[in-house]
Amino acid sequence: MTNVATEVLTPTNATAPPDDMVWESRGRRMVTIYVPLICFIIILLFPFYWMAITAFKPNAELYDYKTYNPFLIGSPTLDHIYKLLFQTAYPKWLLTTMGVAFCATFLSLFSSVLAAYAIQRLRFRGSQYVGLGIYLAYLVPPSILFIPLATTVYQLGLFDTPLALILTYPTFLVPFCTWLLIGYFKSIPYELEECALIDGATRLQILRRITLPLAVPGLISAGIFSFTLSWNEFIYALAFIQSSEKKTVPVAILTELVSGDVYQWGSLMAGSLLGSLPVAIFYSFFVDYYVSSLTGAVKE
Amino acid sequence: MTVATMTDWNRTRIQQGWLARLFDNKAFLIFMCLLPAVGLLTVFLTYPLGLGIWLSFTDTKIGGTGKWIGIDNFEYLLEDPQFWTAVFYSVFYTSVATFGKFALGLWLALLLNRHLPMKNLLRAIILLPWIVPTVLSALAFWWIYDPQFSIISYLATDVIGIRDKPFDFLSTTWPARWSLIAANIWRGIPFVAISLLAGLQTISPSLYEAALLDGSTAWQRFRYITFPLLLPILAIVMTFSIIFTFTDFQLVYAITRGGPINSTHLMATLAFQRGIAGGELGEGAAIAVAMIPFLVFATLFSYFALARRKWQQGEAND
Repeated sequence: MTNVATEVLTPTNATAPPDDMVWESRGRRMVTIYVPLICFIIILLFPFYWMAITAFKPNAELYDYKTYNPFLIGSPTLDHIYKLLFQTAYPKWLLTTMGVAFCATFLSLFSSVLAAYAIQRLRFRGSQYVGLGIYLAYLVPPSILFIPLATTVYQLGLFDTPLALILTYPTFLVPFCTWLLIGYFKSIPYELEECALIDGATRLQILRRITLPLAVPGLISAGIFSFTLSWNEFIYALAFIQSSEKKTVPVAILTELVSGDVYQWGSLMAGSLLGSLPVAIFYSFFVDYYVSSLTGAVKE
Repeated sequence: MTVATMTDWNRTRIQQGWLARLFDNKAFLIFMCLLPAVGLLTVFLTYPLGLGIWLSFTDTKIGGTGKWIGIDNFEYLLEDPQFWTAVFYSVFYTSVATFGKFALGLWLALLLNRHLPMKNLLRAIILLPWIVPTVLSALAFWWIYDPQFSIISYLATDVIGIRDKPFDFLSTTWPARWSLIAANIWRGIPFVAISLLAGLQTISPSLYEAALLDGSTAWQRFRYITFPLLLPILAIVMTFSIIFTFTDFQLVYAITRGGPINSTHLMATLAFQRGIAGGELGEGAAIAVAMIPFLVFATLFSYFALARRKWQQGEAND
């Protein structure tokens, strides 16, 4: 029943009588669903294919479309990746990015759990307004903050240290995580906490022993989302970090590897590929959590 | 024996007494719980926001303290053609890219909402452009838009043969603008599609069955069932999309850095160029502050969309 109903959802042909829509023929389904879907997938994935194939092509093939088919690799090579790993500070950048992303994620999760618990469970006068304030903070984009933040970071003596990034990333992570966790806490029955209160547990024990274990899916979603957002962050890392070895991967590739008039597309693409892989692998393990956090946040 | 256990019990209770009591004091507990989040947001969000507005009225430069110069920065910007180009392109970029993202994203969501094999795998693949760091996929686009070795030019000239010279993606004004918009749409489609798909899945199939029995056409079902029920989520997703497209930075900075001849600067990249790269913090802050009215407008849009949702569902709170 569900099938039939969802089947008719797309307005594929406005003039067709409903019967045709329900019992679609195979060929028609092919043209209206699979062909556009395949086009979408090809277009969405092509830049990655191109990135990967460029990373493994020798330079001779890279700039000669006449003798080699550009969509295939004649003789794959690891030269670009080797050069990247052993002749640049790439491993260092990767480590910095990972460290910053983990610390920022941990810090944001810690503060968001406490804030969400206070707003949703310790209900107090004005808790809605605190919640609304945190939501509004999510609507303030980094692009209007980075100039004054740069001076703030400088005043605090954090300029050009990874700590500057660890402390500023929560400004866009905390609002998001708090809202996600408020939604999760809402779904945990209040009676459980009341039972624990009667048994003599303190509020913090309740949070640690009852609410948090039940909110683990929410924590994972928030964690994944924060990690990918910190990994992708660019503008703060560009503005607050100056010394080459402390840069994060996205900034370092753009500012350190792009040099001169001749772009080394092989190593640039190898760098992009290696920089995308950790986050893509991490994401592939937790796709469902990621999707639920994405859609959960929108529905909140 | 009994007495000993009694005293033991009493002692442990008293020992954890003052801490436990402190944390059982609701006001203190609330304060402690909110402290990290509110503290972080105050120091690194609210304070810089205020500081940014103050900076925009001063002539601060990097490495020096500025003095109050009133609205000079804004007056200067009003007469600066480069600023107006950036405003124009920000608005143009946002409106065209948002339109593209939502048209294609809605289409993709409707396709995915059907009964398909390997649905979860499809969803995972489609989200990839959204996961991968924007700068890195922007680099891939930069390479795809290469003046000499663009793969699109290769397809058009050598494979299909509709052109005899390569496309000129990034070295003139309008092609560069459209190329950036295309890259932005590419990156935005997954988010829109997956969010709208979640919205589509909450629509009850029985509504479509009823409409089908009444002899509705596919367009009518879309227009009178799908669209109105999707509208609340559509409005929220659109607000977020507009805010983050308008303040976009990475894509433009990575691909063109505002060139050719400053024609593809968004307000954010212009603020960076003047504020951080050029050292004129005050002027950069003024450009950033000039984005706020647009953002307030988008937020109000979100607020009224939310209010409409509550009214539609007949709910009082949440």
